[in-house]
Amino acid sequence: MPAPKSLFTKVWDAHTVRELPDGQTQLFIGLHLIHEVTSPQAFAQLREMGLRVRFPQQTFATVDHIIPTDSQRRPLADSLAEEMLQHLERNCADFGIKLFDVPSGKQGIVHVIGPELGLTQPGMTVACGDSHTSTHGAFGAIAFGIGTSQVRDVLATQCLALNRPKVRRIEVSGKLAGGVYAKDVILHVIRRLGVNGGVGFAYEYGGAVIDAMSMEERLTVCNMSIEGGARVGYVNPDEIAVDYLRGREFVAKGAAFDRAAAYWRSTASDAGAHYDERVELAGREIPPTVTWGINPGQALGVDEALPHMSQVPDADRAGFAEACEFMGFAPGQHIAGTKIDVAFVGSCTNGRISDLREAARVARRGKVAPGVRALIVPGSQQVAKQAEAEGLHEIFRSAGFQWREAGCSMCLAMNPDKLQGREICASSSNRNFKGRQGSPTGRTLLMSPAMVVAAALAGKVVDVREVL
Amino acid sequence: MAAIVERVQGTGCVLRGDDIDTDRIIPARYLRCVTFDGIGQYSFEDDRKQAKGNHALDDKRFAGAGILIVGRNFGCGSSREHAPQALMRFGFNAFIGASFAEIFAGNCTALGLPCVTLGERDLAALMDGVELDPTQQVVVDLAARTVTSRAGSMPATIRDGTRKALLEGSWNAAVVLIEAGDAIERTARSLPYVSGFGA
Ligand code: SF4
Repeated sequence: MPAPKSLFTKVWDAHTVRELPDGQTQLFIGLHLIHEVTSPQAFAQLREMGLRVRFPQQTFATVDHIIPTDSQRRPLADSLAEEMLQHLERNCADFGIKLFDVPSGKQGIVHVIGPELGLTQPGMTVACGDSHTSTHGAFGAIAFGIGTSQVRDVLATQCLALNRPKVRRIEVSGKLAGGVYAKDVILHVIRRLGVNGGVGFAYEYGGAVIDAMSMEERLTVCNMSIEGGARVGYVNPDEIAVDYLRGREFVAKGAAFDRAAAYWRSTASDAGAHYDERVELAGREIPPTVTWGINPGQALGVDEALPHMSQVPDADRAGFAEACEFMGFAPGQHIAGTKIDVAFVGSCTNGRISDLREAARVARRGKVAPGVRALIVPGSQQVAKQAEAEGLHEIFRSAGFQWREAGCSMCLAMNPDKLQGREICASSSNRNFKGRQGSPTGRTLLMSPAMVVAAALAGKVVDVREVL
Repeated sequence: MAAIVERVQGTGCVLRGDDIDTDRIIPARYLRCVTFDGIGQYSFEDDRKQAKGNHALDDKRFAGAGILIVGRNFGCGSSREHAPQALMRFGFNAFIGASFAEIFAGNCTALGLPCVTLGERDLAALMDGVELDPTQQVVVDLAARTVTSRAGSMPATIRDGTRKALLEGSWNAAVVLIEAGDAIERTARSLPYVSGFGA
């Protein structure tokens, strides 16, 4: 019997081209996803070096960050955005890369379309010039967020030079309580392990709570690995993953599908595999969670209060005080009841069909509170189409939400969807950094889509368990 | 081959605070570009506006600094290489801190910019020293693994592989990766999904 191995070890070893003299590994990348923000400079460098794209058929492109969600008509109203899109189109045409643009009907946030098209599969390595690439780990892929120079490296060689991380198994046992979602699970993990607790680690998520999750829920969990410092996060592939992939556009068909499924299953971690560390969390203890501060680890159960200064460890006091001041919260204050100005459901964390269904379930119960601007932004054109087929857009509209077109929208400030001044936004996205949503003084409270909608209806942060 | 980076010398700029993320280093609106040219001036733009001239990057005493001295988990958040690109174009050639976010540190290496860490006390002493006397030279010596200033010579930590790549001038990974030649195609052929599982 060969020694039991983790998925991480199997995938890493299978993709190792060679060890490099500086101790890094040259790793083959099976799927390279690109978008308009981090690729133009990489293509420019490629041209400067006189290189071609080595495996153009392993590279796919879409446009997401800069695309407006109200009118996507060309030319785009923002001339800088239009220029970026034109560069992407030209680069894809020149180098033979498939682009999922707006006319294709398959455009969307890169981390939404990879899975829904069946591009992302178990046992692969994935790279994308975007830190939330860890999302794709939900299938049992090892997925890396990379910088622009590394985008150039992958274009030129289909490889990355990487340091091998350690692997931490995060076991979420038991069951989740009602009104608690995948988003709460990952916010809780980050709250417990810290925003830099995962530096140098790949996270393997497992345990009964993760095993019971749908693919879309697992995508939400893996998406925010990077907010905990872990560049890579994954879940072992199982029948839920296999069933999700069956019949998708880029998935093998017929007998080849059976071979694929057998391969996928073989990549899962073996019983008794070695992990560098293990952490166990009880599913029952996870509350609906809300961030109150300026990093995703500054989070509370919705019925909790901010700590008092005396309860904050010395080393964290300066950061705690800074966050309180920026957010306008006093130590000891309860988070529930915080008035909101904007509500945003969308992003690569929570912009999938199951998120919109949950959001609609809550939206049915009321109307958006006066003075609250509320946006629902599907993660992709296919998500939008499905939601419209189910009539979800009508539910949102009649409750007073704006129903938008697919894109990153208010997750970050690269398109017209932005906070104004000191507005507070209940957001289903993944980052609450200062200025993240487009206003340097704007404030973000991260939470699950159901909680966002509940907040939109109440005009303030409320416990979704009391609404459902 | 890229340039050999053995030591970086310059005056320091002390930027206090932990978990400073890349959205603060370079606000997302400046990512609407197709080249990195000219983005240096937007480094920390929102933080600087809010500080109304009281930001370290606007502090006249630190003008012309080549080394940025930071706290814990610097550069966390997005993978945007725009962050180190902006700081490099602002004039920083090396970073000294308590710790760095992984993608940020990797992006720095890809630009030939060392990120070295110091022990807690040494870092505090360096920050205090440079604030008291911002004209002093700070030397990041990769060969010796030290940071030297008026406060003395302190042991600095940097990952062995990164250090080697900087010392040997092999930090442009594309050049190194290309050398693998056909081994890349051999690995590709060994992976069943690359050929569509024989469909
Ligand atoms: S939705 Fe947000 S986090 Fe996700 S890719 Fe877009 S900008 Fe990045």
